[in-house]
Amino acid sequence: MNTAAPDKASITIDGRTSEVAPGVTILTAARQMGISIPTLCNYRGMEPIGACRVCIVELETPRGPRQVSSCNYPVEDGMKVNTDTPAIRESRTIILELLLAEAPNSKKLAEFAAALGVTSTPFEKKPDGECILCGLCVKVCGDLMGRGAISMFGRGAKREVLPAYDEKSEQCQVCGACDFVCPTDASDHTHVATAATRKHLTAYNQYLEARPNIDMAHPQATPRVPFIDRKTCVHLTTGECGLCAEVCGAGAIDYEQKETIQELDVGAVLLTPGFSAFDPLRRIEYGTGFDANVIANTQFERLLSAAGPTKGHVRRPSDNATPKSIAFIQCVGSRDSKMCNDYCSSVCCMAATKEAILAKQHEPDTQVTVYYMDMRAYGKDFDRYFNRAKEMGVSYVRCRPSSVEQVSGTKNLKITYMSEDNRCVTAEHDLVVLSLGLEPSASLKDQVDRFNVMLNQWGFVLTSELSPLETSRPGVFVGGALAEPKDIPDTVMQASAVAAKAMALLASARGTRVKTKTYPPERDVTDEPPRVGVFICHCGSNIASVVDVEAVVQRTKTLPFVVHAERNMYTCADDTQDQIKDKIIKYRLNRVIVASCTPRTHEAIFRDTLRDAGLNPYLLEMANIRDQCSWVHTGEPDKATEKAKDLVRMTVGRTVGLKPLVESTVPVKNAALIIGGGVGGMTAALSIADQGYGVFLVEKENVLGGMAREIHETLDKSNVSAFVSHLIDRVESHPRIKAYLHSTVKKVDGHVGDFTSDIVTPETTLKVEHGVVILASGAKELKPQSFGYGKSDKVITQLELSGRIARNELALPEKSTIVMIQCVEQRNDERPYCSRVCCTTAVKNALLLRKRYPKARILVLYREMRTYGFREAAYREARENGIMFVRYDDKRLPEVAVDKGLTVRVTDKILGRELIMTPDLLVLAAPIVARDDRQDLSDLLRVPLNADGFFLEAHVKLRPVDFASEGLFLCGTAHSPKFISETISQANAVAGRAASILSRKRMPVGAQTAWVDPNKCIACMTCVHVCPYLAPQIGKDNKAEIQAAVCMGCGSCTSSCPAKAITLHHYLDVQILGAINSLLAGTFEEQPVETTYLEKVGVAQPRWKK
Amino acid sequence: MTQQPVILAFCCHYCAYAAADMAGSMRLQYPSNVRVLRFPCTGKIEENHLLAAFEKGVDGVLVAGCLEGGCHFLEGNLRAKKRVQRVKQILGEIGIEPERLEMFNLSSAEGPRFAEIVKEMNARIAPLGVSPLRKSETHLENGIAEMALQAEKAIQGGNR
Repeated sequence: MNTAAPDKASITIDGRTSEVAPGVTILTAARQMGISIPTLCNYRGMEPIGACRVCIVELETPRGPRQVSSCNYPVEDGMKVNTDTPAIRESRTIILELLLAEAPNSKKLAEFAAALGVTSTPFEKKPDGECILCGLCVKVCGDLMGRGAISMFGRGAKREVLPAYDEKSEQCQVCGACDFVCPTDASDHTHVATAATRKHLTAYNQYLEARPNIDMAHPQATPRVPFIDRKTCVHLTTGECGLCAEVCGAGAIDYEQKETIQELDVGAVLLTPGFSAFDPLRRIEYGTGFDANVIANTQFERLLSAAGPTKGHVRRPSDNATPKSIAFIQCVGSRDSKMCNDYCSSVCCMAATKEAILAKQHEPDTQVTVYYMDMRAYGKDFDRYFNRAKEMGVSYVRCRPSSVEQVSGTKNLKITYMSEDNRCVTAEHDLVVLSLGLEPSASLKDQVDRFNVMLNQWGFVLTSELSPLETSRPGVFVGGALAEPKDIPDTVMQASAVAAKAMALLASARGTRVKTKTYPPERDVTDEPPRVGVFICHCGSNIASVVDVEAVVQRTKTLPFVVHAERNMYTCADDTQDQIKDKIIKYRLNRVIVASCTPRTHEAIFRDTLRDAGLNPYLLEMANIRDQCSWVHTGEPDKATEKAKDLVRMTVGRTVGLKPLVESTVPVKNAALIIGGGVGGMTAALSIADQGYGVFLVEKENVLGGMAREIHETLDKSNVSAFVSHLIDRVESHPRIKAYLHSTVKKVDGHVGDFTSDIVTPETTLKVEHGVVILASGAKELKPQSFGYGKSDKVITQLELSGRIARNELALPEKSTIVMIQCVEQRNDERPYCSRVCCTTAVKNALLLRKRYPKARILVLYREMRTYGFREAAYREARENGIMFVRYDDKRLPEVAVDKGLTVRVTDKILGRELIMTPDLLVLAAPIVARDDRQDLSDLLRVPLNADGFFLEAHVKLRPVDFASEGLFLCGTAHSPKFISETISQANAVAGRAASILSRKRMPVGAQTAWVDPNKCIACMTCVHVCPYLAPQIGKDNKAEIQAAVCMGCGSCTSSCPAKAITLHHYLDVQILGAINSLLAGTFEEQPVETTYLEKVGVAQPRWKK
Repeated sequence: MTQQPVILAFCCHYCAYAAADMAGSMRLQYPSNVRVLRFPCTGKIEENHLLAAFEKGVDGVLVAGCLEGGCHFLEGNLRAKKRVQRVKQILGEIGIEPERLEMFNLSSAEGPRFAEIVKEMNARIAPLGVSPLRKSETHLENGIAEMALQAEKAIQGGNR
C-alpha cells in the first residue's frame, strides 16, 4: 500500500528511511540523506551518463539483490537500497581495477581508487592511458556549453576523445570546462583550442593568480556575497551553461539581475569613494608589463597576506623563488610633475616601510632596499617605526631611480640611479616593488557632474584648510582620500567627522524614520529543568555533503536534557526560523542549540528568533559544524561526522548550564564635557551643540583660542585669526555651550553616558553631569635651547616668525640673508618624533618672506622635507622662487656662532663642502611638545600617554579619536602634532563619535559582564589593576564592585581573582566545564539518561500553574 | 573506542576563532581531531579550565589568542601566556608531558596559520600518543552522568 503522499516517494538506504521527490535518482536521494556514494562520471547539475559504474548499489527486489548504477536509476516508492554490501564492494573493486588498467597514468584516479581500498590492478595496463572514456568532457562541451568541439572517435580499444579531424578547433571557446570536470585529469583543452588560454585574473589577489568566474570582489568583501563576472560567464555571453543556477540549493543565482536606479530623499550627501592607484604603465621605464618581477605595492601586500596567492610567503612571479633582495621604488606617480601629479601621496613612505619590515619578518635573510627621495614619516610614532626598520636592516637609499632593466636569464632587475655623491650607480635586485601614488578615485570622474562639486587642479575634491570637510556645494561633504591622499587613521577620523556634519544638518529629523521591533514578554525559565532543542543545519550541501546530518541528529537525541533534535535544509531561512519558534512553544524548549555555521555571523539572527519566541536570547548556543568542520574535513566524511557529533555534544554540555541574562540600560546625560578651548575644543563644542546637545567647555587660560591665536594664515592663505575669532563668537553666543574660562576640571566620576564632574572656576566649584568627556588640551611650541636661541634677538622660532610677519614687525634689509633650520631639537634621541607641521610652516613663511623681500637670500637647512599631500606643491613653488634648500645630515648638525654677529656653518652633501652664512635672521623649527599638565589630565581621566607625552588613543588606526575607556575621546594636538585642518577634522570626528552616545536616551549595557560575589571578595584590588577599562571599583562596604556599564566582558578579572569571587556571565565555570566534561563522554556508546521530561512526554507540566 | 588523540583548542573570539572560520571559508584541510571552544578572550581562560581538559583525558590542548600587542582587550593574551606556562609546569610535575599544552598567537586574518597550528599540534602529540589520563571505557560511562550532575548544579543556581 502506498503510505507516502502522492508527491513523495519513500526510500530506505542503508537502513535509513526518508521521503524524497519521486523520479529523482538513487544517488540524489542518498546525497540528500547525507549518504555518500562514490562516483567518477557524475557531475552535479548535469544529466547522468552512467559510464563509470563506480556508483553501483544493491537494490532489494523480490527476486533477490540486484546491482544498478545509482546515478541514473530513479527512485520508486518503497525502494530498499544498500550501498555497502560485500557484493557491492567486490563489484566496485573489479570496476576500479578495470578503470585503473585503462588509465594507469592518472594520479587523480589512483588516489580516488586508493581511498576506496584499490591500489593495484591485475589487468594489463594500457600504455600511456589516462582517460577512462566516461564522456563527461564531451557531454559538457556539447550539451552544456553548446560547442561540440570534442567528441568520441573510434570503436572498441581504439575509442578516444578528439576534436574533429584531430585538429585544433575554432569551436572551442577555451572555457576550460572539460578540464574542470574530468575525473582523471586526462582532459587538456590546449590540444583542442586554437585560441590561447586566458587566465581569469581579477582584483581579488591583485591580478597575481587566476580566480574563479564566480568570486568575491576581494577577501574582505562586504557583504560577503560572490558575484558572476559578466564578461567571462558563458551563460551571460552565449546563453549556454547555466550550471550554477542548477546546483545552487538556495536558488540564489539570478542571471536577470540588472542595475536599477533608485531615488532617495536625503538631507546630506557624504562623498567617500576613496582613491585609485597610479597606473604604473604610465611610468614605463620601471618595467611594469615587461619585466615579470616588477610588481606594484598593492600586489606585494597580497604576497604578504596569509590569505593571499602565496599564503604569505614572499615569492617573485617569474620563478616562484624567494627573492634574496627586494627593492622598493618610492614616488611612482607622485611628486611627479611630468605625470601632472606634483603632490605627495602621503602614505607610501610608511606603507613601504611596513612592507619592508613584514618582508624581513617573513624572510629574515632577504635584503630590502628602499629607494626614496624624502622619508615622510610625519605621523604619530612614524619616526620610531622608520628607525625600527633601519635597525632591522632595511637600507634606505636617497635617490630617484632613472630606470629598471631586466637581466636576461635570471630575470633579476638592474636599477640605475644617481647616488648622493653624484655617482651613477647600478644595483641588482630579485624583485622590484613600485610604491604607486594615489590618484582621485576613477569612479569619481563619471560621477562628478552629478555631484556638482568643484575639483582642484589634480582632480581631487576641492576643500580649504579651514573647512576640510565641506565641498563647494552646501550639504555635500567629503571624507577620506578623495579630498587629499591620506592614511587610515586620518580617513577614519574624517569619516566620523563628515557623519557629525551630516548629523548637525539633520538634527531636527533625528529618529523620525526609526522603526522599533516589539517582542513578546519573556518566559521565566529559572524554575524549569533544561529542555534542549537542537536544530542541525544541512546548509544546502555545505554541511550535508560531508557530515551525515541524520546520524548527528540521532546521536544528539540520546543526550541528556535534549528533548528535540531535527535537521533543516537551511536553518537560517525565514520559514525554518518560524519552525524553530513553533518547536520552542510546542516542546516548551528553554535552551536552543543551532548546529550550523559560525556564531560570528549568525548568533544575532538566532538570538532574535529566541526573543520572538519569548525566550531570553542568552539561552541560545551555536555549534560550528560548517566553518570548523565540514568545510575543513571534506575528504573525511566519517571523521567529520564524528567531530560534528562531538561539537554538538560539547555544546549541549555548555547549554544546560546557560542562564537567562538581562541586558539593562542606563540613562544618558545628553551633554559633553570638553577640556581645552582651542580650535579643537571649540570646533567639537560647536559641532556637538549644533547637533542639539549641551556642552561644558573648560579652558584653563582666560581666553579661548589656544595655540591658534599665534597662527595667522594657513598655507592656502586662509585667515586663521578671523576664523578663530568667529569660532569664539559662535561659542560664546551659542545657547547650548557654557564656556568656563580660567577653569579646570578637578574630578571626573562615573561611566559612559553618566559622568559627574567638578569644574573649578575662579569663583566657585560646580558639579556638572554629562555623558562623554572630550580631551582637547592641545600642545605647545618648545622654546629651543640650542642654535643661539635666547642669545641673539636675530634667532627666533617659526611660530614667532609667523607672528612677526602678520603683525608687520619685521625690519630686514632688502638684500638680507634669512636662514631656517629644520628639525631643531626633534627627531633626535631625546624627542624621536616629527612635529609634522614645521616643514610646511617653513615653506609657507619662506614664501611670505620672498614676497616681502624679493632680493633676500633665503635658505632652508633641512634633514627631510615632509611637505606631504598638496603641501608638496608649495615646496615646489618655493624652489621655483629661488628659495634654497640645503640638506644636512643628522650626524653633522649646522653650527651657529653668536659672538660677533650671527654665523651659521653647514656641510652641504651635494656640493660636498661647508657653507658659511651670516644671516640677518635665523628661524628655528622648534618641536611641538605636550603640555605640562598632561600627567594631571592623564591621572584625572585615567587615560594613557605615549612615550612622547601625547595622549594614546584606543587603536592607532581603527579608533583614532577614542580612548580605550568608553565615553572618553581625544582630539587636536593633545593627540599628536598636526595642522589646523587636521585638528578641525578630528574635532568634528570626536563630535560624531560623542553623538553616537549622546543621541540615545538610554544606553544598553552588555549582559555578558563580570560580577563580584561580595561574600568571597577580599578587596585585594587585583581586579582593579587587571581591568583595562577600570570597571572594578572598591565599593562602600569595602568590597569590589564592577560597573556593568564600563565592563566589556573580557573576563580578565575573573581568571585573575585569587578568591575566585568574580564570575563572567555567560562564561560561568559550570558552562565552560560542562563543555569540557562532555567532550570525551562520547568515545563509547553511552546510555541515554532518563530525565523526567522526554520527547514522548510532550510538553512538561508547568509547575508554576496552580 | 577510538585511540586517536583528541585536541581541544581554546580560542579567543576576536582572533583565533575568526581565523578558524577563515580557514573554513578558504577550505583549508587540517586534521579532524581538533575541537574548538570559544572564549571572549584568552585572558578568561583559567588554569583549572586547562587542567580540567587534561583531567578528562584530552590528549592535547592548544590556547590560541591574538597576536601579542594586538589583543582586543589589550593584555588578555599576555596573561594567558603566563597561565599556560604555569599549567605546563604543573603538568610536568604530575608526569604529563608539558608539550601537550601550547599557546599560539595569530591574527583574525590568518586562516592558513590556524590550519598550520592544528597540524603542528598534531605532529607534536602523535609521538606522545594518547594521554595517560584517558580513562578506560568503564570509567567513561560516568561522563554523561557527570554532565547531568553539572547541569543539576547549574540549575540549582550556583554561579560558578
